[in-house]
Amino acid sequence: MNSSSGDKEKGLTRRAFIKNTVGIAAGLTSLPALAQAKPENILSPDRMGVLVDTTVCIGCRNCEWGCKTSHGLPTPPLETYEDASVFEKMRRPDDKALTVVNSYPNPKDPKAPYTVKVQCMHCDHPACVSACIVGALSKEESGSVIWDTGKCIGCRYCIVACPFQIPAFEYYQALQPEIRKCDFCSGRRKDGKLPACVESCPAEALTYGPREELVRIARNRVKRYPQRYVNYVYGEYEVGGTSWLYLAGRDFADLQFPKLGKNPAPGVSESIQHGIFAYFVPPVALYGLLGLLMWVSKNNSDEGGPK
Amino acid sequence: MSADHYMKPTPIDKPFLTPGVTVLLLLALNGLVFLAIRLFSGIGAVTNLNNQYPWGVWIGIDVASGVALAAGGFVTAALGHVMNREEYHAVVRPALLTAMLGYTFVALGVMIDIGRWYYIWHPLVFWNGSSALFEVGICVTIYVNVLYIEFLPVVTERFIGRVNLPGLLSGLKGLVDRLLRALERGLSKTMFIFIIAGVVLSTLHQSSLGTLMVIAGPKMHPLWQTPVLPLLFLLSAISVGFPMVIFESMLAARSFGLKLEMHILSKLGTMTAPLLGIYLAFKIGDMFIRKTFVYLTVLNTASVMFILELLIGVVIPLRIFLSREAVKSPPLLFVAAALTVLGVAMNRVNTFLVAYTPPYSFGSYFPSIGEISVTVGFICILVLIYRALVIIFPVISLPDRSLSPRARYTIRG
Repeated sequence: MNSSSGDKEKGLTRRAFIKNTVGIAAGLTSLPALAQAKPENILSPDRMGVLVDTTVCIGCRNCEWGCKTSHGLPTPPLETYEDASVFEKMRRPDDKALTVVNSYPNPKDPKAPYTVKVQCMHCDHPACVSACIVGALSKEESGSVIWDTGKCIGCRYCIVACPFQIPAFEYYQALQPEIRKCDFCSGRRKDGKLPACVESCPAEALTYGPREELVRIARNRVKRYPQRYVNYVYGEYEVGGTSWLYLAGRDFADLQFPKLGKNPAPGVSESIQHGIFAYFVPPVALYGLLGLLMWVSKNNSDEGGPK
Repeated sequence: MSADHYMKPTPIDKPFLTPGVTVLLLLALNGLVFLAIRLFSGIGAVTNLNNQYPWGVWIGIDVASGVALAAGGFVTAALGHVMNREEYHAVVRPALLTAMLGYTFVALGVMIDIGRWYYIWHPLVFWNGSSALFEVGICVTIYVNVLYIEFLPVVTERFIGRVNLPGLLSGLKGLVDRLLRALERGLSKTMFIFIIAGVVLSTLHQSSLGTLMVIAGPKMHPLWQTPVLPLLFLLSAISVGFPMVIFESMLAARSFGLKLEMHILSKLGTMTAPLLGIYLAFKIGDMFIRKTFVYLTVLNTASVMFILELLIGVVIPLRIFLSREAVKSPPLLFVAAALTVLGVAMNRVNTFLVAYTPPYSFGSYFPSIGEISVTVGFICILVLIYRALVIIFPVISLPDRSLSPRARYTIRG
């Protein structure tokens, strides 16, 4: 390399270096305001919920029918729902059924099996909302965790994140595949109607109301009929609490409820994420440190010559 | 003064087509056929993915392993440019090219895996600061552009003074040449910004890639589920940087019939030892702190894969890199580098796929022929583009005969 032009080059580089580094640091520190843009998660004290009493449920699956009709999903006629053979296999909600009912043996009374309705639990601190890359999922003030088709890119990270394995994806759609899950009838409820499943339940196994009140009702039932229920309200504390709550006549693990801790599912991941990006200080500091290192090592090799 | 002072990046004077290249072309074509089915009939038509297993090899290999194995770019940039160790400049460009192509294919891998590939730009508009995936997405998007900028000087170097435009456009030759020179001057003054940015962006998203699976909580096998996943991912990415450079330099040298630059590669191997050692220490330390070694007493897929990942991917290569003699032996060095690369890929596949056990599953996940075909096809296309670019552009350093008549290295064939 030509030595005189090389020196000139380096001189310019060093001056530009300082100027630009400062500029970048300033630019980056103005970003946090934008980065805090987050999907909504309003935890209203009046948020609604549903108490599912699995000891009252008769397994008629009218809730499945009501859900499908109100969500515009292909719905077989109501009579076909009497067929109990579907209970032979455990089913999960999917893109064509946002809620399903499964049956489990009742050790106290073999003729009256426990039937358990499964759908999105509508967590108070939903993992899917925290995980979603574009904030397509959000928790509404009413308690619903809803999905926005306008934002979703179909990455399925919500499915990875959900501790209840609820969101379902339309794997066979080439264009505009959707994430489908129970929306707690967000639209119907805004119109003052009951959730479709609650409305179609003939046995009053589903109680719709403010979550705080439902917790009280659930605890009362357990207290009044201790032989009927296990002393536990599932969903009261699971992953930080869910809008849907369950009562059961046998251990929840036997009814295939996942055993989960009391901490919100996104907790650890969010604290790591916010630690690394605390107001962009760590990245900017790293940038500065590397810049300094580069400057020092460049000077060393310029002045001391190659080793 | 060692001979590498006379090494100069030079376009490789070799034909593009060889029997091996034809095989790669066929595999690439096969992958594209399955890709077409995916685009026209949906993800379910070619993959074994379902609501229990939403992510498969396209995420585990194409994306997670792809990002890790492209780490050679930022690790060598840190060594060669930030720490200004000029003797390693010969490997910076090949590593940069690998990273540039690697990340391009990571982006393509993400694009075909997401259901609405045409909305790949959404994360730039709709932000979610609490999402680890958002962080990875933004960082990778910026970084892939930084890599293109870092590669631009190679392009200007190739064409300055050699602009050749056909027919009517030949009148513009002078103008294009002047533009290229202006670009080159501007880039040489500002390049350090991009180099440092590249290193920062890499540390950020390499670690966030580990944060990705933390939110899966109890769905992940405890051997891999740990709050220090981001640190483990960063440490393993740093430690696979040099082995990846060694691995691909040796493959390229063999494919093009070039003499190996063992004096550089051996040193890279020796430098890998402490990096790999730190990773191993953290991995084992994490296992003891969380007492997860109890899971190793049961014989199942998870325990076997965990042991294999550590033994094949970390312990054995570490032993080779630690030996002064072994790193001077090309076959041993190659084995060590290849095992490290395999080990990190295994770790990513284990973390994203093997460790993932949904609470309700109706079977386990194994990639379909279509998924494997697309993944293999993408890797082949990447290799083919790499080959084309090192033939066209000055990427691989060769002895410069005009500067050094006594150069020790010659091109065979």
